[in-house]
Amino acid sequence: MTLAFAILAGLTVGAAIAAMTLRNLVHCSLCATVSLVGLALLYLNLGAEFAAFVQILVYVGAVAILIVFAVLLTRSGEAPAGRVSYGLWTGLGVALAVFGTLAWAIGGSSALKALPKDSAVPALPVKDVGDKLVGDFVLPLQVIALLLTAAMLGAIVIAMREAKGNPQPATRNPQ
Amino acid sequence: MKGIVNQLWLIPALPLLAAGIIALLKRPQRKPAAALAIGSMALAFLVSCVAFVATLQPEAGKGAVQLTHNFAWFDLGGSALRLGWLLDPLTAGMLVMVTFVGSLIFIFSTGYMADDENFTRFFGFLALFAAAMLGLLIANNLLFLFMCWELVGVASYLLIGFWFHKPSAAAAAKKAFITTRIGDLGFFLGIVWLYHESGTLLFYDEGAGCLEQTVVTKLFWQATVGGLSVSTAISLLLFCGAVGKSGQVPLHVWLPDAMEGPTPVSALIHAATMVAAGVFLMARVHPLMATVVTPLGEAGSAFEFVWDGGAPFVIAWVGAITAVFAALIAVAQNDIKRILAYSTVSQLGYMMLGLGVGGPAVGMFHLLTHAFFKALLFLGAGSVIHGSHHEQDIRRMGGLRKLMPVTFATYAVGMMALAGFPLVFSGFWSKDEVLHAAMIWSPSKLPFALALFGAVLTSFYMTRQMWYVFFAPRAEAAHAEPAAHHDDHHAHGHAHEPYESPRVMTVPLAILAGATVLLSLFATPVWPWFHAYLGGHLDHLHVGWSADSAALLTMVLSVIAVAVGVGVSWRLYSRSSTSVDAVGSRFPKLFKALEGRLFVDEFYAATVFRLNAAVATLSDWFDRFVWGSVVELTALVAKALAFVSRSVDEQGINFGFDAGCQTTRGAGWLASKLQNGQTQCYLRILGTGVVVLIVALAWMGKN
Amino acid sequence: MNPLHGYLLVSALLFAVGLAGALVRRNAILVLVGVELMLNAANLNFLAFWRYGPNPEALTGVMFVIFAIGVAAAEAAVGLALVIAIYRHYRSSNVEDVATMKG
Repeated sequence: MTLAFAILAGLTVGAAIAAMTLRNLVHCSLCATVSLVGLALLYLNLGAEFAAFVQILVYVGAVAILIVFAVLLTRSGEAPAGRVSYGLWTGLGVALAVFGTLAWAIGGSSALKALPKDSAVPALPVKDVGDKLVGDFVLPLQVIALLLTAAMLGAIVIAMREAKGNPQPATRNPQ
Repeated sequence: MKGIVNQLWLIPALPLLAAGIIALLKRPQRKPAAALAIGSMALAFLVSCVAFVATLQPEAGKGAVQLTHNFAWFDLGGSALRLGWLLDPLTAGMLVMVTFVGSLIFIFSTGYMADDENFTRFFGFLALFAAAMLGLLIANNLLFLFMCWELVGVASYLLIGFWFHKPSAAAAAKKAFITTRIGDLGFFLGIVWLYHESGTLLFYDEGAGCLEQTVVTKLFWQATVGGLSVSTAISLLLFCGAVGKSGQVPLHVWLPDAMEGPTPVSALIHAATMVAAGVFLMARVHPLMATVVTPLGEAGSAFEFVWDGGAPFVIAWVGAITAVFAALIAVAQNDIKRILAYSTVSQLGYMMLGLGVGGPAVGMFHLLTHAFFKALLFLGAGSVIHGSHHEQDIRRMGGLRKLMPVTFATYAVGMMALAGFPLVFSGFWSKDEVLHAAMIWSPSKLPFALALFGAVLTSFYMTRQMWYVFFAPRAEAAHAEPAAHHDDHHAHGHAHEPYESPRVMTVPLAILAGATVLLSLFATPVWPWFHAYLGGHLDHLHVGWSADSAALLTMVLSVIAVAVGVGVSWRLYSRSSTSVDAVGSRFPKLFKALEGRLFVDEFYAATVFRLNAAVATLSDWFDRFVWGSVVELTALVAKALAFVSRSVDEQGINFGFDAGCQTTRGAGWLASKLQNGQTQCYLRILGTGVVVLIVALAWMGKN
Repeated sequence: MNPLHGYLLVSALLFAVGLAGALVRRNAILVLVGVELMLNAANLNFLAFWRYGPNPEALTGVMFVIFAIGVAAAEAAVGLALVIAIYRHYRSSNVEDVATMKG
């Protein structure tokens, strides 16, 4: 438990809480971005550099931008967000319960206690990552390629502005 | 020849068949209807002659011929209802008489009813009546006899009320039926009692019948109410039926009113045949009336009868009273048919008297001769009525002697027979038998005196009638007044002179007149054929004078009675005018009373009818309020049950079902609340589920 | 208390925060943000176990995280496209307004 970890953890969690509680949606999305960056730094702290960079590239570079785009396209930034959902306390209760359970599981787990306190930082050469990708994990690689393609196409189709007067065909295959 | 008894059923069956066919004919077929009826009667007459001949040859020493043919009619569980035909001299004699007189009357009717539009129906009814009467005669079974008895009553009702659109005719028919019904009550009780005691309905059944020695002896020695023996009591009950049917006092009131029917009907039913059925019945069941029962050994009659006590006593008295009562009333009547009707009642009284004092032979002989001359008189009256354009009041007739000679001659023959003119008229002999038997009757001589007085009256009123109808000057006869109360459908012109009837009507009259005279040959004391015939000892018949001094005295007395009656009547009436009755002017009060039929009907109306009406009202009240209440109560209970059932159904079952449905719907509504379309709500549930799962797993892992 | 414990607790906390946001906020975009946070918390969990758990040479944790990030990105793209499409239809990005499945 080093100081760096504490600061980074506090930043991440604090930004997350802010993202979830702020009124203005743009503020929320910016705070979410900060949280994501904080997470990347935590990854760095863990020694997973590649993961950290991927996080930055994808999440902060793409997902956060997507969120901002969505906020802009749905004009949610302009309208004042109304009061929070009617089930505020229920939702908080559930989240609290989940956290409590997890904390209890973490704290009370004997397996965790068995793990050594500190160990050497494992090396993470990028070449090894590449090797693993096309070696052991070639199938997930292909699948995720397909998935990304499909997701991209799907997102475009869903978000496409409909032509006036024509009903949006869901899937049309005359053959 | 003896086998004829098996075919005896043909005799009533032929007219019955004719009646059935006539009933199915359409209206206008007169000739076939008449032909059927007359033809069937003629055939029946032939068969009856065959049967008659069969009874003329009794086996030596065994008494009268008595053939029976019994058979099982239908099965009743273990036993069978047996029916039978009986052929003995009594039956055969009656059969011949009924079919012969019936045929002649049928032929007469074709002329008399020629103008009537219901000709076919008339012959149908006549044939039905003939069938029933003949069935009654041949019956060997109590029940069958009763059935035919009632059928004859029905036919009489239908024929009396033939012109039913006349209220008087309809009322007369009803009166006849009801009055005879009253007598039939006693009759039926007698039948039931006899059946109960004897166990059989057959009269003669080779020793086991209810009129045979075993049963009669047993019944004779059994005693019942008032010390009467059962056989006497049963005979008295059966006599009730005879009182109704044969018009004895007090149930005679229907016979004069029955003259509302057409004259052939009066001739056939109410003179010759049906009313004689009562006398026939008593003759048939005479073994039951025995007052002394002594077995006579193996051969010969089973028992001997002494006619001076028991049921014959009652019968004799009733007969004597009836004879005089009716003769008195007949003196003052003005309707030609009513005079004859009361005369019939009187003669029926004579028959019953004869039966009571002298046995069946005496009564039956008078019945046979009476049938002929009374039928003759009625047909003659019918001829007179027909020729006088349906005029029936004798005060408006007169001088028909010259205008209707054949009718006059035959009517005179009948009148003389009825009055009892000596020697060549059968009526004299038969009445003489009755008087003779009454004179030697031991209990009392009063019936004899009454019968003699009745003979005087008979000749008196018959002479009166003859004078009014045939001899009186025709002063007002040209009046165009149609008949007041009978045959009003007649469409002849007025102011016509009476004319002789057509030959189809006068020929039967002549035949009957001849028969009346001929019959006189059969019962002279010189040749007492009928007695012998009935007793079955025809071979012991001897020709010769076998009468005693009592018989001679009787003959002389009856001749004197006739002479007195005729003479007084002739003197009185031939010297006075027709406007005021000769007797009426001398004894106005008496005449009025007699003319009013001695007020018997009025007496009945005041007592019996009133009682009947009161009982009817009481019954009505009872029915309405007592039984009606019971019925309503039952209905109420049913309604209550229905109400309870309905409430259970509506409240209980429906409500329960509805409640169940409501609950289901409510539960569904509640359950649907979960689906509020809010995604976050679903998420929350998910989250809760996850927590629960983890906790559960951890707990299970721990344990 | 290992550093692992710390990372795990942080991950749990982040997860809870993301869950709370997803359950509570009414705007659809923020729900998606919450979901992303949850995913990221899981990623952190993986990496923590890779670092401090046995056999880090297999690089399993890292690979998983890489794929998870890819999938999360795809899902975020599609999700946000959906939100835009729904916004066009319902004129609102409020989660509570899209309740046609109510029943």
